[in-house]
Amino acid sequence: MSVSTDAGRQATAAPTAPYAIELKGISKAFGPVQANKDISIQVAKGSIHGIIGENGAGKSTLMSILYGFYKADRGEIVINGRVTAIPDSQSAIRAGIGMVFQHFKLVQNFTVLENVILGAEEGQMLAGSLAKARRVLRELAEEYELEVDPDALIEDLSVGHQQRVEILKALYRQADILILDEPTGVLTPAEADHLFRILRGLKEQGKTIILITHKLREIMEITDTVSVMRRGEMTATVKTAETSPEQLAELMVGRKVLLHVAKGPANPGATVLDVENLRVKDDQGVERLKGISLKVRAGEILGIAGVAGNGQSELLAVLGGMQAGTGHIRIKGDEIDLTGKHSNGQTRRARGIAHVPEDRQHLGLIMDFTAWENVAFGYHHAPEYQKNRLFMDNDALRADTERKMATFDVRPPIPTLAAKSFSGGNQQKIVVAREIERNPDLLLVGQPTRGVDIGAIEFIHKQIVALRDAGKAILLVSVELDEIMSLSDRIAVMFDGRIMGERDPRSTNERELGLMMAGVTDGGAA
Amino acid sequence: MTKLPKWADVALVPLISLMLAAIVAAIVLVAIGHDPWNALKVMVDGALGSPYGWGYTLYYTTSFIFTGLAVTVAFHASLFNIGGEGQAQLGGLGVALVCLSMPWPHWTLALAAATLGAAAFGAAWAAIPAYLQARRGSHIVITTIMFNYIAAALLVYLLVDVLRPAGQMDPASARFPEGANLPALNEIPGFNLIFEKAVPANVTLFIALFMAWVVWAILWRTRLGYEIRAFGKSETAARYAGINAVRITMIAMLISGGLAGMMSINNVMGEAERLLQNSSEGAGFIGIAVALMGRNHPVGVVLAALLFGFLYQGGAELGLWTSIPIEMRIVVQGLVILFTGALDMMVRMMLGWLFSLSQSAESVGAK
Amino acid sequence: MDYATLLQLLDTTLRFATPLLLACLAGLYSERAGVFDIGLEGKMLMAAMSSGAVAALTGSVWLGLLAAIGGSLLFALVHGVASITFRGNQLISGVALNFIASGITVLVAQSLFGQGGRTPPLTGGARSNPVILPFAEPMRDVPVIGPLYYEVISGHSPLVYLALLMVPVTWWVLYRTRFGLRLRAVGENPAAVDTAGVSVRGLRFAAVMITGVLCGVAGAYMATALQAGFGREMTAGRGYIALAALIFAKWRPWAALYACLLFGFFQALALRPDVVEGVVGVKVPVPALDALPYVLTVLVLAGFVGKAIPPRAGGEPYVKER
Repeated sequence: MSVSTDAGRQATAAPTAPYAIELKGISKAFGPVQANKDISIQVAKGSIHGIIGENGAGKSTLMSILYGFYKADRGEIVINGRVTAIPDSQSAIRAGIGMVFQHFKLVQNFTVLENVILGAEEGQMLAGSLAKARRVLRELAEEYELEVDPDALIEDLSVGHQQRVEILKALYRQADILILDEPTGVLTPAEADHLFRILRGLKEQGKTIILITHKLREIMEITDTVSVMRRGEMTATVKTAETSPEQLAELMVGRKVLLHVAKGPANPGATVLDVENLRVKDDQGVERLKGISLKVRAGEILGIAGVAGNGQSELLAVLGGMQAGTGHIRIKGDEIDLTGKHSNGQTRRARGIAHVPEDRQHLGLIMDFTAWENVAFGYHHAPEYQKNRLFMDNDALRADTERKMATFDVRPPIPTLAAKSFSGGNQQKIVVAREIERNPDLLLVGQPTRGVDIGAIEFIHKQIVALRDAGKAILLVSVELDEIMSLSDRIAVMFDGRIMGERDPRSTNERELGLMMAGVTDGGAA
Repeated sequence: MTKLPKWADVALVPLISLMLAAIVAAIVLVAIGHDPWNALKVMVDGALGSPYGWGYTLYYTTSFIFTGLAVTVAFHASLFNIGGEGQAQLGGLGVALVCLSMPWPHWTLALAAATLGAAAFGAAWAAIPAYLQARRGSHIVITTIMFNYIAAALLVYLLVDVLRPAGQMDPASARFPEGANLPALNEIPGFNLIFEKAVPANVTLFIALFMAWVVWAILWRTRLGYEIRAFGKSETAARYAGINAVRITMIAMLISGGLAGMMSINNVMGEAERLLQNSSEGAGFIGIAVALMGRNHPVGVVLAALLFGFLYQGGAELGLWTSIPIEMRIVVQGLVILFTGALDMMVRMMLGWLFSLSQSAESVGAK
Repeated sequence: MDYATLLQLLDTTLRFATPLLLACLAGLYSERAGVFDIGLEGKMLMAAMSSGAVAALTGSVWLGLLAAIGGSLLFALVHGVASITFRGNQLISGVALNFIASGITVLVAQSLFGQGGRTPPLTGGARSNPVILPFAEPMRDVPVIGPLYYEVISGHSPLVYLALLMVPVTWWVLYRTRFGLRLRAVGENPAAVDTAGVSVRGLRFAAVMITGVLCGVAGAYMATALQAGFGREMTAGRGYIALAALIFAKWRPWAALYACLLFGFFQALALRPDVVEGVVGVKVPVPALDALPYVLTVLVLAGFVGKAIPPRAGGEPYVKER
């Protein structure tokens, strides 16, 4: 490294053991929200450093500052012993920082090569850059188990391979410091293992890696040191070998976490939902559900586990009437129309199906509508919300909203506030209140606690269990294995549009489910 | 960015946008060698200085309320209907066909029938782009523009080859029968105390105001309006809620086209009393400016329509008393659309900056 | 229909296709970069007036061309500021600029020349005069090919050939250069460009400016070659037809050429009701022929386009997010 001369000039430099990255007193506010408060960390060269914290703890903001996306209000960044200003991504790249975002920054209809050279081209013409990138990619692939077809279009690659392209992009720009933001959220356990092998290989070559995650297991598995963030503050930095998951969890949340949901044994009754050979094609004609069959009985929770993108969303969409399909769906024995004119969310609701969708911001709520308008969403034809044949009864609706907000402890309890003004947890409570209070025969729940704070998670879990105990059928889809394990009475695993098998949560474990999620069928017997 | 207080958002932002448009318009006038101050005086005198001027201003206002409401309804469904002009011309055709169909015994009957005819023809002209958008994904902005050109060609054909009475030179329909003539404001008891001279503003004004109320009630008090607004905010969420995208697209555009068509009872039936070529005279386009300026709310639309009524009557006066071409109106209209519709964020940023300045000044003062 | 009529029709087709092609390629740059531009019409109109006025005042068609590009660029700049800098609604900005152009062209022309909003008829060096291509004269008597070359291919304004040349140039820029790669990327996923350390705004502004230049040439062609001077609303919806052609061509340069030739052919047909009558066998009213390009545009938008997938980030202002 040619750092020494520069470091000599800087008073802040630590000549003996220069850290790859030092952050000193970084603060950043968005309006009244203090996203980062006086944060300092030191990351040793050639180490893997984990940053763990709940959603909204400020991890991503911190990394965005490091990558030049945001400007810190206060504080300084020291890279390889040298104070470095990072006003934009270009400077971050020049300083040797590479970033793998949670949502990939790839051009879908470009090839791998084109994506790799984008922004790092040599000269005005493309031909030379492409040839060079092809050569470099081959070398990198051999060195780090990073094989991808350089001429493949991104949209044809699996998520795991797309992530490799992101890593290759950073390495092609000769990054020494690699930041990965929640890299395993979209990966199967096997793909995640492969990623970790790559990261270890990079570490051996002297690269520094910062891993941002909310998964304790990953921190314990791969990092050397770990920093814990909570509500914008750095609460601790410890050596991974000297800590435990329990201690980290407590540091993250600030109190003991109830990782287990208190619930009694299920008391299943008659079959409410009966799905048989359900098939769905997307707009491009690709089959997303390849013959799903499952049953959910009254008084039980069926959990659908699986890596995101294996057909869970389509399953919920078809059941909720948002998408057409073929096959059979029966509710309490009555056949449901899957393709016809009357297959929509309205008719599904009329059949006693309520739906807490996966994406509350884009599906479950109209963010610009007020809370009371959202409480009617999907139920705006309900008789109690009508004044007469012509007009809706907005007063009744507001009163009902006030009542629901009180029951579900939505804060602030103001029906006239726009949905976007509530926190994620309170938005989700509005959706859950709306759907559960309908007292449905079947509740579809997708990712009920994504982006929801711990307190709201507990509350929402309790509500779901209470509905089950009231003798209702519940179909739960979640990519969080912990959530599936603790809530479900039965677990079905989805992979590539199929149900790989069913397990009893009391007798299975994460390893077994992980294998099924990766498409490795073991023995087949449930 | 500082969040603006609600009153600033509702009232101040459009007013400042309007001011900016006026400033640029003034610069344009100076650039082509005219005195903007004098121009404004001529406009105010001519449009608002006498009952006679008001009679014209309100006449234009009536048309603009209809077309502004038309754009507003479509906007709430997230559809940009630029086809108001063609829909209004087809509405005029509907009015003409109804009025010429029989010797009407009384204007009230004729008005009721012509209103239906205007709305039906306007809605029908909007239906095709709406269907193509809903079913085939054809961009409604471009299809409605194309339909404006097609409407113009269709009317030329009809007025020259079909509706023109034998022996008449100019391409226009026959004069409407006596029983189809609407009372102007100077012919209505009570109003005739104010309007002594004959003015073009007529009973249609009251229909326009009533329609503003109807649009408000539909959008904010009915299930249909709820569905239109929800669909406009988020198409995917609307699908989750079981709102039928095709149905809402069609209905919103039918209402929109119907409203645009209805403006023709004002100009074709109330004023010209026969169908002329290019009867709508650009009022369909002004609806865009009116809707943007009026914040897509019927109350705002009525106020903005009044403003544009003033602008149009004032602009005509400019053409009469000065050498400023009447096209100045179109420039101002474009500027208003630009500042209220596209440079909205700029105005907000300016205001937000001013507000944060005043706030910090207050907090300094408090110390 | 005899061969001579066909050649005449094709000649008109090429002349009518030229402004469409220039505007279409103009729109291609902007939309490929993720900025919708419904204001091609207004920019062409502004350019037509600027070139008509300056050419009339100076007697130089080239100064007219420069003025056209300048006028068009001014409007492109406003569109860029509204839709890139202030993240405004790109459709509304385009519509607004079209209205402003529609009014201000008449205002300026009227105040300059006082001829009812037109510019004076252009003659001689103020017009973009036809060039006879090499070998056109000697080849004239070669059967079939000779007249085709002489009548249709040769004898157009240099701007026609410039427009045709812009097709391969655009293809090359788009697919063979760094700028083209980045341009296409920013229209598909601006976040990818941004995180790669390239300015999204810079790229989009560059694209919008290229759009301005090409619309400027299109407008200059309208006023100095296709016609001899500027008349009010002389673009008559060509900007929108160019947009339809762009969609028809699925935002690809070579396909844009074919689409514009097709639309140019329709416009040429509208001028020859006699030919249409001869081919179809019934008398077609002139307004129906006038409406033909617009009807066909709608039909194209409705059916033949198939799955035209616009640039994914098109119409969306870029907001930085994590």
